[in-house]
Amino acid sequence: MKRLLSFATAVAIGLGTITAASAEPKKEFNIAWTIYVGWMPWPYAAENGIVKKWADKYGITINVTQINDYVESINQYTAGKFDGVTVTNMDALTIPAAGGVDTSAIIMGDYSNGNDGVVLKKGKTLADIKGQKVNLVELSVSHYLLARGLSTVKLQEKDIKTVNTSDADIVAAAKSPDTTAVVTWNPQLLEVKADPGATEVFDSSKIPGEIEDLMVVKTETLKDNPNLAKALVGIWYETIALMKDQTEKGKAAREAMAKLSGTDLAGFEAQLKTTHMYYTPKDGAAFMTSADLPKIMDLVRSFCFEHNLLGDNVKSMDEVGIQTPTKTLGAEKNIKLRFDPSYMELAEQGKL
Amino acid sequence: MRRVMNIAPARGSGMLLAAIPFFLIVVIYIIGSAERRAANPDDKLLPPVSEMVQTTQRLATEPDRRSGDYVLWTDTAASLRRLGLGLGISTLVGLGFGLTIGLLPIIGASFGTIVAVISMIPPMAMLPILFIVFGLGELSKVMLIIIGVAPTLIRDMSIEVQSLPREQMIKAQTLGASTWQVAIRVVLPQIMPRLIKSVRLMIGPAFLFLISAEAIASDVGLGYRIFLVRRYLSMDVILPYVAWITLLAFALDYLLGLFARKTFPWAYVEEPR
Repeated sequence: MKRLLSFATAVAIGLGTITAASAEPKKEFNIAWTIYVGWMPWPYAAENGIVKKWADKYGITINVTQINDYVESINQYTAGKFDGVTVTNMDALTIPAAGGVDTSAIIMGDYSNGNDGVVLKKGKTLADIKGQKVNLVELSVSHYLLARGLSTVKLQEKDIKTVNTSDADIVAAAKSPDTTAVVTWNPQLLEVKADPGATEVFDSSKIPGEIEDLMVVKTETLKDNPNLAKALVGIWYETIALMKDQTEKGKAAREAMAKLSGTDLAGFEAQLKTTHMYYTPKDGAAFMTSADLPKIMDLVRSFCFEHNLLGDNVKSMDEVGIQTPTKTLGAEKNIKLRFDPSYMELAEQGKL
Repeated sequence: MRRVMNIAPARGSGMLLAAIPFFLIVVIYIIGSAERRAANPDDKLLPPVSEMVQTTQRLATEPDRRSGDYVLWTDTAASLRRLGLGLGISTLVGLGFGLTIGLLPIIGASFGTIVAVISMIPPMAMLPILFIVFGLGELSKVMLIIIGVAPTLIRDMSIEVQSLPREQMIKAQTLGASTWQVAIRVVLPQIMPRLIKSVRLMIGPAFLFLISAEAIASDVGLGYRIFLVRRYLSMDVILPYVAWITLLAFALDYLLGLFARKTFPWAYVEEPR
């Protein structure tokens, strides 16, 4: 009996921590990031006091935490462990937004301009992919890129066979003799492309602006604490100004970021070349407020709906509403993903 | 004085006691799920039981929209096939090598140490090598199970053989038995119960390796599905799959236990059940 009692207490304590996590006092905020060239300013800012500087200015504390696994970081955000996370537009729609967590994108960081690619070992053009087994992280932006690519050569997903392959092991998988086609992103893409006999037949520079890297926060948290967004935007533009800087100071910053992401300066700069960074708040806000964004999000949500990513009970892709400054897609009453350029605009006007 | 160690529950209350922890887990889950749903009606982390039942029903009885498969069954069939092959081959390898290494000093001296060393290598650390050598198909998944499970079985079997009373071997030899006859008639029957016991204990690790292999590169299987839907936090698929895997492993373990008791009743004389 005693054992049963202690078991019950243990579980009760466990449950207690689950519920406690959802009701924190809001002076302290947690932001999660994962390794990707366009997100490396975050750890750099944290290590070099830029985060603290802006947080102090607004009287808050911001903890910047690295999560090793990208999907896990979004899941943790969705489950309530983090107030903000670095994420792509597609994953922001399919994980938090489809999971009912109202999410606002406050920073348009960059779009992939070649950081994602389709590589064939047998074949020289994308059309050659027909009938091949394709290794990729299924249902990820790679899958989206592949679907977009296939449509340009009048092929369908039925014409190929996808094999779900972990992004951590895709480089090793690509070296296996029975692997003939791979879709992946950087830094793995650089490795896969480098193999003799491998040809990159399609990449994200052919669908510019469609794979966007964002900083998102919970809409509810944002409403109650606009200072969090102001601090984050402040941190971001101060740090990427350094990233762009061509003097020694900028080089040192890029070198530090390269090291943090496990590569060297040359490797980091190679990846930056295929990343279209929005270095100024003006450019970021301009893209968010352009008429292209709703068009892109429409393509993305169609893909997500066709692949059942919005949930099994979702009968139409309009059920999850997406709000952009120019147009709202889907249900007005159930807006779960918002593109909010107002904080970037504040930065542009120097009002932070 | 009555000591706690001597208080045994009767059969009925014993079953009740066994059921209580399960019941508690379910209750705690339901409370947690309801609480999260109250805060966010679209919460995916702890879906209510009704939703999981619905999803399971769909996976088991409705063909998939894209492939037309009955997902739960095709996944189960693919995974069980890999597991069966992996565990089966491991068992044969474990028995054959274990017996030889344990019985023949010459073989023991040459291979005993290398097997002991190999059994310490974590197979997950060699994944890239496995991919390149065995490819990404079925072979590499079965091989991962074998590499993970067989060395331990070999060691266990050889130790078991060596622990048999030396007198038996001498006796059999004085009666004119050859090495082959000793192996087949004296050693083999005596180590079979132990073999089944060890295989039962290896079901857990075998599943672990299977799920890992399927998570890394696959297009069908229980592990594949779990890691695929993990991308969008479909706990209504993951939780029933985890329960199903647990049930499969439990059933396999139970059947092996039953088989051992039926086939080698002498090895279980001293056990109460």
